[in-house]
Amino acid sequence: MTSQAHNQLAVVATAPPQSSMPSIGSLVRRPEVGSLIGMIAVLVFFSIFGGANFMSAGGAASWLNVASELGIIALPIGLLMIAGHLDLSVGSMVPASSMTIAILSGHYDLPIIVGILAALGLGLAVGFINGVLVIRTKVPSFVVTLATLFALAGLTLGLSVILSGSTSVALKSGPTAKLLFGDYLGGKFEVTLFWWIAAILIVGFILNFSRFGNWILAMGGDAVSARNAGIPTDRLTIALFMSSGLCASFVGMSQAILYNSAQVAAGQSFIFNSIIAVVIGGVLLTGGYGSVVGIVLGTLTFAIVNQGIFYTGFDANWASLIIGVLLLAAVLMNDTFRTLALTYAPRAKSRAR
Amino acid sequence: MTTPLLRLTGINKSFGPIDVLHDISLEVNRGEVLCLLGDNGAGKSTLIKILSGVHKPTSGTMEMDGKSVAFDSPRDASDHGIATVHQFGGTFPLMSIGRSFFVGAEPTRRWGPLTIYDRKRANEIAVTEMRQLGITRIDDGDRLVGGLSGGERQALAIARAVHFGASVLILDEPTAALGVKEAAHVLRIVLQARRRGIAVIFITHNVVHALTVGDHFAVLIRGAKAADFRKGEKSREAITDLMAGGEQMAELEAEIERFSAADVG
Repeated sequence: MTSQAHNQLAVVATAPPQSSMPSIGSLVRRPEVGSLIGMIAVLVFFSIFGGANFMSAGGAASWLNVASELGIIALPIGLLMIAGHLDLSVGSMVPASSMTIAILSGHYDLPIIVGILAALGLGLAVGFINGVLVIRTKVPSFVVTLATLFALAGLTLGLSVILSGSTSVALKSGPTAKLLFGDYLGGKFEVTLFWWIAAILIVGFILNFSRFGNWILAMGGDAVSARNAGIPTDRLTIALFMSSGLCASFVGMSQAILYNSAQVAAGQSFIFNSIIAVVIGGVLLTGGYGSVVGIVLGTLTFAIVNQGIFYTGFDANWASLIIGVLLLAAVLMNDTFRTLALTYAPRAKSRAR
Repeated sequence: MTTPLLRLTGINKSFGPIDVLHDISLEVNRGEVLCLLGDNGAGKSTLIKILSGVHKPTSGTMEMDGKSVAFDSPRDASDHGIATVHQFGGTFPLMSIGRSFFVGAEPTRRWGPLTIYDRKRANEIAVTEMRQLGITRIDDGDRLVGGLSGGERQALAIARAVHFGASVLILDEPTAALGVKEAAHVLRIVLQARRRGIAVIFITHNVVHALTVGDHFAVLIRGAKAADFRKGEKSREAITDLMAGGEQMAELEAEIERFSAADVG
């Protein structure tokens, strides 16, 4: 028996089981298959019913712009959900950040860089507070961030009225800031698209190629075991909340620069839209499972449905119905593929015994 | 006489006014399996938690290799070479075999200016270590832990402990949730760990499993050590009676017989 086992070892050592071509079986076991099928389905649906306009550069820009803003927020939200947490406060973080930059650099005429840094700093600070509250109080992050969502919304409204006397503030930014954060390329594509791509690469690296990715997965799978294995779960939780605060404030800041103004009430839609995008992308709401490719596909799917409806002859009010049905279908499909991923059949029949 | 690897002397534990463990003294030697037997609520879990650093004893001392130790955390205990494997083995069913094997101790390699997780090496080591424990079905470290059978998950957890140099392996009812064949497999892995010189503490209430692998037995009843004996000193019936509290078990059996007699009549 032992010598047999050692022979097998030798086989493994000389011929590692990794093959360069993934088989169909291994593809089906990837967490993002369900979301890929979903995205292709809505893309086909809207290219049929949306006509040529939907597939034109302008049409693509309309949903890619929505996807890039949502995507920048959905990525850290996805990481948080994989780690077993939620962050609802992004809904207030976006307008809070917009108002910060608009009041500082618009109302008070400070240099734009001051506004940008203050807005991003606010995002990090709110994320830090969320993280500390979650680990200190042990209250579920849903409740903690629901509280900060409302607290921050109230704070933004109150301070905006006191400082600027208005709930809407204009912002004039210079060409550099415009080019970096709030411009259209070719008159159609927002530059945030590039920031989204950068965020995808960074978050993809973190989740798949760094040790932190393993820590995030482990923490979402079982926080107690993860801590016992030596993972600094408290620091990791705070860092994840700070990243979602930072990304939400980035989107708020770039929106203010893009639209040359900021409103107190903008941004609440990001709360559920980011969760929908992440869940369609195959991330498990209870944590421990998910992928960056899935989150990106989920974001694109959401954006296609949200914008594609305008290219069809249908009333735009139906978009929410489609998203609701799609969400449920995606979750059921993801469950199916997750079950498949949990079945183990040895790769080669000859090795099985 | 060599010093035992792990020695507990006069361990007491109380949670507020409730005494859970009274005056427990135990010795575990290298390359030996100590079976900790006891019915539900006998204090087995509390004792494991003290050994694995979750709880601190109210009084009493722990020594490793003759040196006094006190564990501040589970991490501290595992740094001292004490590894605990729970009933369901791997606790991360949705992580890959390679990733969960190395949780918290991931191998890394350089990739340009960046340090990245070495997935290939992690998978290879995890698969190799499992194969050394006789789990030959597993050939892909990317597969999810949740796809393994109960016995394979136990093997993964034990392989992990062995790989990271555990000198004391605590197995908390590893066979309780398993079928006959799987349980036999886990018992064989326990013996393999023993052959490598690891001190194994095997917690169970299955007397047959205990007698198969144990060198040394301790029976806990209501938080106190009721018996401490070596292999061959007591029969299976005697141990079962001890675990259930002796006379009470005999009474219970008599009662069951009366009931079944009444049913027949």
